[in-house]
Amino acid sequence: MAKLIESVGRNTLKRLDYVGGLSIGLWAAVRALGTTLPVTGNRYRWKASIVQMLEIGVEAIPMVGLMAMCCGFILALQGASELRRVGALSLVIPLVAIGFTREIGPLLTAIAVSGRSGSAISAEIGTMVVTEEIDTLKVMAFEPIEFVVAPKLLGALIAVPCLTVVCNVCGIFAGWIFMFFSTHLGLKLYVHEVLESLVLRDVVSGLIKSIAFAAIIVLVGCLEGFQVRGGPEAVGRSTTAAVVKSTFLVIVADMFFTAIFYFTGKH
Amino acid sequence: MSIISVRNLVAEYGGRRVLDGLNLDVEPGETMVLLGGSGAGKTTLLRNLLGLERPQSGSVVVKGVDFTRCSPTELKRVRRSIGVSFQSAALFNSLTVEDNVALALREHTSLAPSIIELDVWMKLAAVGLADCGKLYPQELSGGMRKRASVARALALDPEILVFDEPSAGLDPIVAAELDELILLLKEAFQMTVVVVTHELPSAFRIADRIAMLYKGSFLAVGRKEEIRVSQDPHIRQFLDRVPDIVKPAHLVESFFEKYLSSPEVTQ
Repeated sequence: MAKLIESVGRNTLKRLDYVGGLSIGLWAAVRALGTTLPVTGNRYRWKASIVQMLEIGVEAIPMVGLMAMCCGFILALQGASELRRVGALSLVIPLVAIGFTREIGPLLTAIAVSGRSGSAISAEIGTMVVTEEIDTLKVMAFEPIEFVVAPKLLGALIAVPCLTVVCNVCGIFAGWIFMFFSTHLGLKLYVHEVLESLVLRDVVSGLIKSIAFAAIIVLVGCLEGFQVRGGPEAVGRSTTAAVVKSTFLVIVADMFFTAIFYFTGKH
Repeated sequence: MSIISVRNLVAEYGGRRVLDGLNLDVEPGETMVLLGGSGAGKTTLLRNLLGLERPQSGSVVVKGVDFTRCSPTELKRVRRSIGVSFQSAALFNSLTVEDNVALALREHTSLAPSIIELDVWMKLAAVGLADCGKLYPQELSGGMRKRASVARALALDPEILVFDEPSAGLDPIVAAELDELILLLKEAFQMTVVVVTHELPSAFRIADRIAMLYKGSFLAVGRKEEIRVSQDPHIRQFLDRVPDIVKPAHLVESFFEKYLSSPEVTQ
């Protein structure tokens, strides 16, 4: 029994330690974020940030778009099978629209980005640690956080919300495909219905979530990368850990954000 | 006044003492070779000299700045006058050789691009890579990569040039070429050179003075002629390449006989 409590305590402390490390990382990265801004910052960091935006955002569009279409279609199908029985098939439209903007869009995007970019970030930084490139940066009087982390953070903070918008549009479009085949609903009318059922708050709350998810994914990826000690197998482990931990933390954060939006919203 | 001065340096890893009260002075313009076997603490000493690690106690003063107490800004300022060539060369793989060398010049100076281009070409020519600037590090051989990292270390015209195992992983001819390059650069740029190595021919070729490191402390620090004729048993063992433990042949034989007659083999 004592052993059980001991191990629970130790593991709790370890988790808290990890979250502490993330917070310190967040603070350091946010402070370095200024250098990545255009005009006022360092133009090489800004260029690096644009490269990151392309890698994290633009290159993920086909994958995220297709995933969103599939999910939108699934949501419409599942919703319709129940709603049809009570003769409320038209409610499929708000279901898809609100479901995507508030919840599925940000979450789906975050999971896709965590799998694509979270792993890539930790592998890149882990390899830099192993090959002494991080040490080289330090002795060349560069700040690794500013040089490596800040452009990735800025890139993700901009790319992930944009990707979420793409995801929302694709998912809602898939809803129309379903509606078209089941009720021959025109696109114009569908869009009208969608806009009718959405309020700005739905969209904004989803985008706020996606910004938080972006920060989590980048910071976990970077932290795992910097913690690499040893050789190539440590890089592999860090990559796995980055994806697992960032996906987990994204879902936990999602719950908190949803709860906050729920309790602060009008009923 | 010495350009690098180490006083009572103690470093520990997980309770194990790696460096035990080291004292060392490096005079401006001399070549100091830190010689020692694997696990003698060479790399740890080097990392402390570069301010990459903080020691348990003691001080490392480079150009009048104590790395163990100074502010990050001061550390960065001093680091600009130190050029480092790491064991694994540690070139940035995403940049061409040219960009690797130009990186520090572009970011730490306000020189015009044409001047930087010229300077980079000169540094590459100094190490014999004048026509390899457009190549990527992975397209170079091991020796060329090392030389490219030397060119990068020279970028900001450092006062101190540091080499970590310059001849590791190179064939004797290329290693000898690198030794000559170090001598040539020292002659041409009047730099202080610190070399960490375990290669005897290389050490005696380039050194003015040698510091012999054994199990975390210096056995001797002196001119290379003094080290060569030293009668200290550990230094003699290292210089004469005598293995630590020599098992008599009959002991090995009896070990195998015992193994072959053991139940797990006979079954």
